Amino acid sequence: MSSIPAALFPRRAAFFGGVYSNSHALEEAIRDARRRGAEALFCLGDLGGFGPHPGRVPAILREHRVTVVQGNYEDSVGHDRPDCQCGYTDPRDNRFAQIAYDYTLLNTPASCKSWYRSLVRTLRIEMGGRRLLLCHGSPRRQNEFLWRSTSPVPFLERLLRDYEADVILCTHTGLHWGRTLPSGGQVINVGALGRPANDGRTNVWYALLSVGAAYEAAGPAPLAVEFVPVAYDHERLAREMRREMLPEEFVETILTGWWTTCLEVLPAREREAGRF
Amino acid sequence: MNGPQEAGRSCDAWPKVEMTGLDTVWFYVAGTLCNLRCTHCFISCSPDNRSHGMMTLQEMHPYLDEAERLGVREYYLTGGEPFLNREILPILEATLRQGPATVLTNGLFLDQLTCRKLRAIADASDYSLDIRVSLDGWGPEDHDRIRGSGTFHRAVNGIRALAEHRFLPIVTVTEAAEGVGGIDGRTRFLELLLSVGLSRPRIKILPLWRIGAEAGRARGYESWERLSSDATTPEGLAALQCSSGRAVTTRGVYVCPILIDEPGARLGARLEETLRPFGLSYGACHTCYVSGVTCRT
Repeated sequence: MSSIPAALFPRRAAFFGGVYSNSHALEEAIRDARRRGAEALFCLGDLGGFGPHPGRVPAILREHRVTVVQGNYEDSVGHDRPDCQCGYTDPRDNRFAQIAYDYTLLNTPASCKSWYRSLVRTLRIEMGGRRLLLCHGSPRRQNEFLWRSTSPVPFLERLLRDYEADVILCTHTGLHWGRTLPSGGQVINVGALGRPANDGRTNVWYALLSVGAAYEAAGPAPLAVEFVPVAYDHERLAREMRREMLPEEFVETILTGWWTTCLEVLPAREREAGRF
Repeated sequence: MNGPQEAGRSCDAWPKVEMTGLDTVWFYVAGTLCNLRCTHCFISCSPDNRSHGMMTLQEMHPYLDEAERLGVREYYLTGGEPFLNREILPILEATLRQGPATVLTNGLFLDQLTCRKLRAIADASDYSLDIRVSLDGWGPEDHDRIRGSGTFHRAVNGIRALAEHRFLPIVTVTEAAEGVGGIDGRTRFLELLLSVGLSRPRIKILPLWRIGAEAGRARGYESWERLSSDATTPEGLAALQCSSGRAVTTRGVYVCPILIDEPGARLGARLEETLRPFGLSYGACHTCYVSGVTCRT
């Protein structure tokens, strides 16, 4: 065990998801996580799409030594695939997804693409004696959506059993949530830094996990999970998106906090909570 | 012609779909009993078709317990017409205690009182409740020809009642509505739903399975409408709903919700014993594979 880098046994760690080329939110989240004492930073993929200048986010992640798990976007861009593989089923959603993807693919530097190809799909670390499994969509599929209202307890217990983990961390949906299960296992969707959580607020979110104070005396226990709101210069991002001629529907989401596209994949519960 | 023997091949010759894990369970809570007699119904449901019976909550409990042990992710309640089942609301409550649920209905029983009760049940659950209502055209002239006189307006009233109770129903339309699969047809359908009061319309388009009543309305499967191993890919097979779902009726557990009238598609009495590969020998399997459709929402 001593040969594993210390960063894989942090007592406090930050987990970012779905950055979608929002470099301003990412920089703010990194500052915030460091200020809160995060010893390690992780990103669960989907670095591009939606926002402008897709070369910026990979540079920031590497500069700050953020450990990155591959999302479907990195798989697609890295291999020059024809679409993002997000898993949308509606023609309108797919049209907007394709606009975001084509822009991202065209503007991603070649050096980033080779890095994207080299990223791992899942990563295992340990915190407070708990086995954490980091993935993008789910442990079994990179583009599977784990929404809160359609991820029931028995199903999540099965994932933890099948993949021999105490804690699963994922993203892909863009909405953050967490469940602590009767077995003591935890499943945490860390949310997204790339766009707001469809709640009419402009901030974005990440997850901060901490080992409890009683760990040394009492042994492994559920980790403390905090979802952290991140305010950033969203108006600056909106200006940059407009300069890059990205769809006004995307800009509206950044400025209002309500999703305007890629809505058909939302389950009824999450869709009812939004405006569109 | 839907079955394997009729197509003249042994069952070993068909491509097999592996069971990757049970994510989805369909409950035929109304069996094959329906208040309507739709001319395109793939299992010929009607007021007098009792080949699969109405399920009681008591009959469902062992399956729900088993599904919980197996880590099932989602549930569908169908028929027949689920709201003919007098226990439908307690059944829905019990299901929603365990996971997200979708109810498939023709919409004719969705009055204000029922929708109010559904809203209360949905709000009390930690999980999502979806209601799917079937429409088969842009107006009574198309819809009623398939589903019976006066049913279009009654279904639309049901959709309105759901919307008034903050539901976002998914309107299911089959390709019996000519042109609905194209962009123009879809746009017209969205406009229709906006006009009847759905501010955020959601649509699911389904192909026609040429079995049951539909085989008589249009045509049955031709012998060439079968899958072969050299014309399928592992990815395509893994995407089929039979790789991760099963359907429960009063007569046992079937490979999928489409083939409950096929004796060869009954895989056992309990869910656990049905989690094995299945040979895709039916004409309906061809439709699922070629269209890429899933009955899931």
